[in-house]
Amino acid sequence: MSSWLDYTINGLIVGNVYALVAVGLALIFGVSRLINFAQGSIYLVGAYIGWVAVVQLHTPLPLTIIVVAAAAAVVGLIIERFGLRPLQNSVRIAPLLATIGISFVLDQLVMLTFSPNPRALPSQLPDVRFQVGGGTIGPLDLLIAGVGLTSALLLFVFLRYSKLGWAVRAASQDRDAAMQMGVDVNRVNQAVFGIAAALGGVSGMLVGMYYNQIDTAMSLQATLKGVVAEVVGGAGNVPGAVIGSLLLGLVESYGVAVFGTSYRNLFAFLLLVVVLVLRPNGLFASARQAPPEPLTGTFIAPSRPVRIPRWALLAAAAIFAVLPFFPVSFYVLQTLINAWLLGMLALSLTLVAGTMGQVSLGHAALLAIGAYTSALLSLTLSVPVGLAVIGGGLMSAALGTLLISPSFRLRGHYVSIATLAIGEIVSLVILNWESVTRGPIGISGIPPLSLFGYDLISPSSIYWFSFAVMVVLALLQGRLLGSHLGRSFRAIRDDDIAARAYGLSLNRYKSLAFIFGGFAAGVSGGIAAHLYSYINHETFNTQQSILALTVVILGGLGNVVGAIVGAVALVGLPEVFRIAAEYRILIYGIVLLLLVRFRPQGLLGTI
Amino acid sequence: MAEQHNSMLSLRGLTRRFGGLTAVDAIDLDLARGELISIIGPNGAGKTTLFNLVTGLDRPDAGSVSFEGQDITGLSPERLAAQGIARTFQLGRVFGNLSVMDNVLIGAHTRLRAVKPAVPVIGPLLELGLALLRPASVKAEEERLREEVKAILARFGERLLPRIDQPAYSLSYANRRRVEIARALALKPRLLLLDEPTAGMNPTETAEMQALVAELKAEGLTILLIEHKLEMVMRLSDRVIVMDEGKKIAEGPGEEVRTDPKVIEAYLGHGLSGTAEQESAA
Repeated sequence: MSSWLDYTINGLIVGNVYALVAVGLALIFGVSRLINFAQGSIYLVGAYIGWVAVVQLHTPLPLTIIVVAAAAAVVGLIIERFGLRPLQNSVRIAPLLATIGISFVLDQLVMLTFSPNPRALPSQLPDVRFQVGGGTIGPLDLLIAGVGLTSALLLFVFLRYSKLGWAVRAASQDRDAAMQMGVDVNRVNQAVFGIAAALGGVSGMLVGMYYNQIDTAMSLQATLKGVVAEVVGGAGNVPGAVIGSLLLGLVESYGVAVFGTSYRNLFAFLLLVVVLVLRPNGLFASARQAPPEPLTGTFIAPSRPVRIPRWALLAAAAIFAVLPFFPVSFYVLQTLINAWLLGMLALSLTLVAGTMGQVSLGHAALLAIGAYTSALLSLTLSVPVGLAVIGGGLMSAALGTLLISPSFRLRGHYVSIATLAIGEIVSLVILNWESVTRGPIGISGIPPLSLFGYDLISPSSIYWFSFAVMVVLALLQGRLLGSHLGRSFRAIRDDDIAARAYGLSLNRYKSLAFIFGGFAAGVSGGIAAHLYSYINHETFNTQQSILALTVVILGGLGNVVGAIVGAVALVGLPEVFRIAAEYRILIYGIVLLLLVRFRPQGLLGTI
Repeated sequence: MAEQHNSMLSLRGLTRRFGGLTAVDAIDLDLARGELISIIGPNGAGKTTLFNLVTGLDRPDAGSVSFEGQDITGLSPERLAAQGIARTFQLGRVFGNLSVMDNVLIGAHTRLRAVKPAVPVIGPLLELGLALLRPASVKAEEERLREEVKAILARFGERLLPRIDQPAYSLSYANRRRVEIARALALKPRLLLLDEPTAGMNPTETAEMQALVAELKAEGLTILLIEHKLEMVMRLSDRVIVMDEGKKIAEGPGEEVRTDPKVIEAYLGHGLSGTAEQESAA
């Protein structure tokens, strides 16, 4: 009995922390219809500022909280002013991509400043436990509850009684009407981002104290949990976000009680997927909403794609094909092999995100499915590696499409959330399904690539193999885009309502896009598994998903040649300039931000 | 019953509520084959919501829609398109990044046969395979449809044909409306719903559009038209239905409807009927 009470208290406390993140997300969504993927990074920044204050400056607790809130608010204001305000009149995908880019830049800056090693964040509170009924509660629990309640009260007073609070509520009900009535939307956005960031920063600090540990992996987890709570409560619904957070905290806590700690996140993401499928507007949304008004403007940046003459493409392909005959170093070949593997992933993502408009943030999961399938087929069933790789592609196509299918009726940002969550679910299933995937130990001794009985060991043979596979996939994709399917995908992306009115089934065509794209990504993952010879649940992570997204934006959404050019550029240029590995992700994030701001159509143009 | 048999589209007690607002309130309507009915009424009268209910983009709270004697209430827009119901949208919903040709080809989507084998379960996979392999039958179908699209675009004179490969976002507003209508015609509709086809067009463009709609009607197409330009409504319509606040307040031949005091009141509010009569007589 007592332990159940403990789990309940724990669930409510953790829920309280999630609420601080989720309320910020809900405020921002309410005003600007944007899911701020950088919210978790502010939470991370808050935790580290708290660490500096507590450990280095020895500030007393109340001052620490104020310092963290103020510093995080400044970060929020900077994000709003320089990251998002310039994008106000751009295409719908731009602010979404910008918050993703900002999140990566902030995380990397924190990591470079403080090193990725975990640090202890002492709470400065006495370590005593009070008996409450059958359970116990500590001063930190009370602090978290107190901060949660105080913030809720302050927010309520602000929204209810201050003039700016009225403006925020007006803008979230009807932005255009509010603007016409003279509400300064920029000020409203500033207020909302400042408040959201302050709450997020304090939340990060409290969590750090609660577990007495902070590390840079906190960011993505916080974003995910906050988004889950917010979506459960109904996007943009502030009280809903609080209830959703408490519910999420309890679900996780009870889940951990029954199944163990490694299942904590699995429950969170399953809750998200269930809510998205059954009640995409959240648990507390009114049953049925009026169909949205026709959208002016398009999802991706309109552009005229750069036409590359066929002879130039053939020439480039020929040069890359004969490259190993020339005295190039192993290092160059290795770099290009990585580029070809990334190119396959980018082909997949450019089809799904660019041509079909489903911005997937969990694309690495398709790599993982392909890699595990191919590795296990060749290891346990002794399937020839060439066939195993194809098997990996097919499994990725089938399983990936099946997993994503519940989110086919979602739009825009929701697709990104759902794919992010599904990516995490795949990774957690790989971690926990030990009888098949060997769990945290991973799979070692994966046989090398081979074709018709010949092992491909030499760098040039691996180079040719991966290049040939990528070229074949690219040609197939080009053919697909030229068929009626290409125009059907693009029609659904541009306006799914008009597409449906002309008989295009969203389920059918989204499935086909994911089947085709899933195959390319699965093949890429399969080849990678045989090259690495060892894989585990962390081999294919969110960083790869984001890298692929940056490649796709760089090349131009939906652009087949662009995906390959982007892959070569993003893999090759850091090598050319000898940029240290730890700075690369920072640079990818900055590239993404600059592209969204200054060349949203990418190098070769969107198609 | 006899009337119902004759009519292509019939609505019975069709109702849609948004919260406290009844956007469409117990509308009855019968549209005979080859007939053109215009729906007029002030902004917010529920005309577009009615279109959404007929084309499956929204579901009614009560009432029924039948098409060619079959109950189609609440069917999905995809199924209704396949039945031969095409529509245009009030604010324009062209596919911005698609060329004019591709926009109109999408209109012919429901008529694709060679590339969409009607095989259950594996149908979509076969469709993918055929799209990649492109056997002669698929190529021939595509070629035939492209020729058809050119013929449809030719109906708009030199407005669209020279821009056939341009993306729709680069077109003028009026041309986008034309692309929408071309797309609807590519479906080979049995019933065409036009939602304010001349919105934002100047008098010359309006006259062109009016001539086109008259042509379509002469060819025997059944049309439901929402339109604010009364002159065009009077010229084209067999009957006019007037909606206000979700309700049908008048129905009949154009001349009868335009002098109906209820209609004048709905358009111009109370106490202005005198001026309204002058205006409608003008």
